[in-house]
Amino acid sequence: MGGFTAELERLRKHRYAPWIGLACIVVALLVLPFVLASVGTAWVRITNLAILFALLSLGLNIVVGFAGLLDLGYIAFYAVGAYCYALLASPHFGLHLPFWVILPIGAAVACLFGVLLGAPTLKLRGDYLAIVTLGFGEIVRIFLNNLSQPVNITNGPQGVTLIDPFRIGPLNFSKTDIFAGLSFSGPIKYYYLLLIVLVVVIVINLRLQKSRLGRAWVAIREDEVAAQAMGINTRNVKLLAFAMGASFGGVAGGIFSATQGFISPESFVFVESIMVLSMVVLGGMGNIWGVILGAVLLSFVPELLRYTVEPAQKAVFGRMLIEPEVIRMLLFGLALVLMMLYRPAGLWPSKTRKREFEEADQE
Amino acid sequence: MTAADPSPLLEVRHIEKRFGGLTALADVSLTIRSGEIYGLIGPNGAGKTTLFNVLTGLYVPDSGEFEFAGRNLCGQKPYRVVESGIARTFQNIRLFGNMTALENVMVGRHVRTRAGALGAILRTRGTRDEEQSIRRRAKELLDYVAIGRQANAVSKNLSYGDQRRLEIARALATEPKLLALDEPAAGMNATERLELRRLLEKIRGDGVTLLLIEHDVKLVMGLCDRVAVLDYGKKIAEGEPAAVQKDPEVVRAYLGGALP
Repeated sequence: MGGFTAELERLRKHRYAPWIGLACIVVALLVLPFVLASVGTAWVRITNLAILFALLSLGLNIVVGFAGLLDLGYIAFYAVGAYCYALLASPHFGLHLPFWVILPIGAAVACLFGVLLGAPTLKLRGDYLAIVTLGFGEIVRIFLNNLSQPVNITNGPQGVTLIDPFRIGPLNFSKTDIFAGLSFSGPIKYYYLLLIVLVVVIVINLRLQKSRLGRAWVAIREDEVAAQAMGINTRNVKLLAFAMGASFGGVAGGIFSATQGFISPESFVFVESIMVLSMVVLGGMGNIWGVILGAVLLSFVPELLRYTVEPAQKAVFGRMLIEPEVIRMLLFGLALVLMMLYRPAGLWPSKTRKREFEEADQE
Repeated sequence: MTAADPSPLLEVRHIEKRFGGLTALADVSLTIRSGEIYGLIGPNGAGKTTLFNVLTGLYVPDSGEFEFAGRNLCGQKPYRVVESGIARTFQNIRLFGNMTALENVMVGRHVRTRAGALGAILRTRGTRDEEQSIRRRAKELLDYVAIGRQANAVSKNLSYGDQRRLEIARALATEPKLLALDEPAAGMNATERLELRRLLEKIRGDGVTLLLIEHDVKLVMGLCDRVAVLDYGKKIAEGEPAAVQKDPEVVRAYLGGALP
């Protein structure tokens, strides 16, 4: 037994250990969709949605986690990206641009909206900023709901349908292809695409965090006056946080549009903003891996509940007593309360954030 | 003591600042010469920190102006002031408490470095080199103020004296021509004060002009080349410490009639 742990420890310290670990994760992620598909294609879709939420959380993490600006209307940027894609690649306007043209456009428009929100709120902090961003999120949704008159732009509450899937040459993301005896269905293709986007976004986040800009964000969060006195142009640096966070949201929105094939303002309600924020807070503000963990947990656990609660109740009581949706919200609330009590900095917080919840060593 | 370079570095002219009915600064003018240690003293509420906040861009004065190194900086944003070469510390220490000492000083390098978002994302050669030089310089500065060993300590966990030193290192990281210190000796014991005095003399020796708010009369009188006395927002005396000490106006207003 002792020999085994010692052996394990020796392996852990081996020079190639991190690379072997990484290789295992990569292989697991590559195989994952086929395993899930064997259980049911629905699980691949759920995984894709989880990755989309991870992208959103990483974008919001820049604004909330790094720069400390509480944004309660983040889903608006997701909506902007989604509608950009939907309007430029659907029969609604008869436009069918390729996705690699639209995604940058979506990111740029979302970025513009980020600045639009950031500029007038530069002097606001904490609760006040939260209220304005909340209003902003609602305004965007209400606009989408009502921009069907006098000129029909968004098609109102009916939403936009028949949105083009991604196409790369002959590869169509909505059709099933057979490669090397493996059946690549639409969701599986999107899974790989999302995985690539996620890796890119993670790398961008990691690099930003360790940069001059990342330090400036943390400095502003810690003490804005001192940050100014250190020569940081707080206006520009905060706007940059809003803009970058928003453009990640825009890209995620575009992919969401394509995977669903249909979007309506219903998908971008306030609760979704709260959901993304909860992922960031639950996972651990400011820590990229924590945020991803939060997104994955909050995407999967409700689905698991949906598949377990119903049979379990039928087996025990013979009928459904409580709807899975109700249980989901109950557990969600319980989880948040427990978090605040026992792990206020999140499941996997960043070092700096964790320190905020620790008393200083001295008096 | 070295003779101060007579050319003016900072020229403050007729600054006035009111908060509602309260006049915090009334027609304050003073000149700080290159290379000197200039003391600003006065009873609590005399307007010393208000003047600091005006000079560092946190407050916009109601009237008057100031010129630094030949540039009118009045009404400029704080980051512009820092760019021009005025750095400051705070009376009630404002470090980035949850960052390490080294990270704090690295933030101070912000204004003298250029890497943007794109450089960071692509991790270009230039960005990496710059990041290395930021880290190197920050370490040097920590050694300079003699807290190099605390580089990786979380700054809020540092001792009080070390926090003061760290704040000075962070301000020096912006490469100031004028370093403005708001009560650097507050809360320090006698040994720490002596060390602080040595540090400030070393900084001056390296070509940085110092502006100092201080309550410790002994420190001010021993260290400063010239002092100005503020009382109720007005400058009531200015000159060499020995002369100011004897000024009857100062004795009455600030020192309460008895001198140590």
